[in-house]
Amino acid sequence: MKIHLPNSAFLGNIDSFLRRFDSSGPDKLEITANKKWISIHPAVLAMTAALGLAVGPKNIHCEKLEAASKHYLERMGLFKLLGIKSKIEITEHEPAGRFIPLTKITNSQELSRFIADTIPLLHLKPEQAAPIKYILSELVRNVLEHAHAKNGAIVAAQYYKKSNTIRIGIADTGVGIRETISQSHSATTDLEAIKLALTPGITGTTRRLGGTEQNAGAGLFFIKSIAKVNRDFFLIYSGNAVYKLLKSKPGKIRLYADPFKDRHSAGEDFPFWQGTVVGIDINLDETKEFSLLLDLIRDIYIKTIKERRKEKYRRPRFI
Amino acid sequence: MIEIKLLPVVGSFAENKDLARDIRIKKIIPALEKGQKVTLDFKGIDSATQSFIHALISDLIRNYGAEVLDKVYFKDCSETVRKIIQIVVDYMQEMD
Repeated sequence: MKIHLPNSAFLGNIDSFLRRFDSSGPDKLEITANKKWISIHPAVLAMTAALGLAVGPKNIHCEKLEAASKHYLERMGLFKLLGIKSKIEITEHEPAGRFIPLTKITNSQELSRFIADTIPLLHLKPEQAAPIKYILSELVRNVLEHAHAKNGAIVAAQYYKKSNTIRIGIADTGVGIRETISQSHSATTDLEAIKLALTPGITGTTRRLGGTEQNAGAGLFFIKSIAKVNRDFFLIYSGNAVYKLLKSKPGKIRLYADPFKDRHSAGEDFPFWQGTVVGIDINLDETKEFSLLLDLIRDIYIKTIKERRKEKYRRPRFI
Repeated sequence: MIEIKLLPVVGSFAENKDLARDIRIKKIIPALEKGQKVTLDFKGIDSATQSFIHALISDLIRNYGAEVLDKVYFKDCSETVRKIIQIVVDYMQEMD
């Protein structure tokens, strides 16, 4: 496999980075990077780390990095997590920044500890921290419960001062959304599976409306809704499909149960990602009171369930 | 009537579904089976995930019917927690 860290890969322009990813030869990983500058979304970092962990340190070849911003990869803990030497030194004079370095989470206890210990690193106000904690918890739990990923979930986050945005990336190399959803629903393509996973009330664990005692099928819908209300990007990549919620234009926000009704881009001709990648941006200028956001979500969530119930209702046929 | 204080078990951000299931199976259900009422005390809990609340109460509504809400009380909930409980309760009753 080959991954190239470009001079710029954020959710708005990430497609070219994803299309350049070479998934052939899954036993080895070659990491190359732009010679002058590397500026990447935490999702890109999480993907790189997830691939590196999957092949092991002996099978990673990382070219000598020359970019002026190479220390960012060291600071985010990429080489430490992968168990390889970077020979990049970070001077003590540099500011600590507001970021969550790459972290591998493999079980429920680690997740709870991660949320309690690392969210403070972002130095957020309580009302800003609420949706971030929510997003991280639900996304990582999805991985732990459904992905069957040997290395669990790989997470990173960073605050960007210029845009006043928290960017979050989570990647796993598990079974992928299509396999999970297909346990209970018919999904013939990866994009169809992503659509089902984003639809409220649908979970891979059962066909039954209402889900199981442990899964309501609402986690990803809630997270997409948080991004939508904040008018920011949300990306999900699994198999050869990518769904990206685009930034909303000014005006009244309307939530949809069908992710394809939202302003989005989607494709199913991307290099195959064995597992799932999620990236999300939360602009802190747009952060709504979390409880107000819940009002919006509740309305559409319940309306959707009513509609799905109606669809399933059958009249007796008198002949 | 039994009262279950959640903060010492789940912390101020209630998100661990495994703990929610344990509380439901080991504490809430045995109390309901004995005919007792249950108070879930959310004092000190700032926020919760929908998944946590779903794991805590959805199966009660499914198995005992919506009438179980006459026997289970939610005490000292923050606005966020109250709204998430409302979403889960509405959702489960729409499923009936």
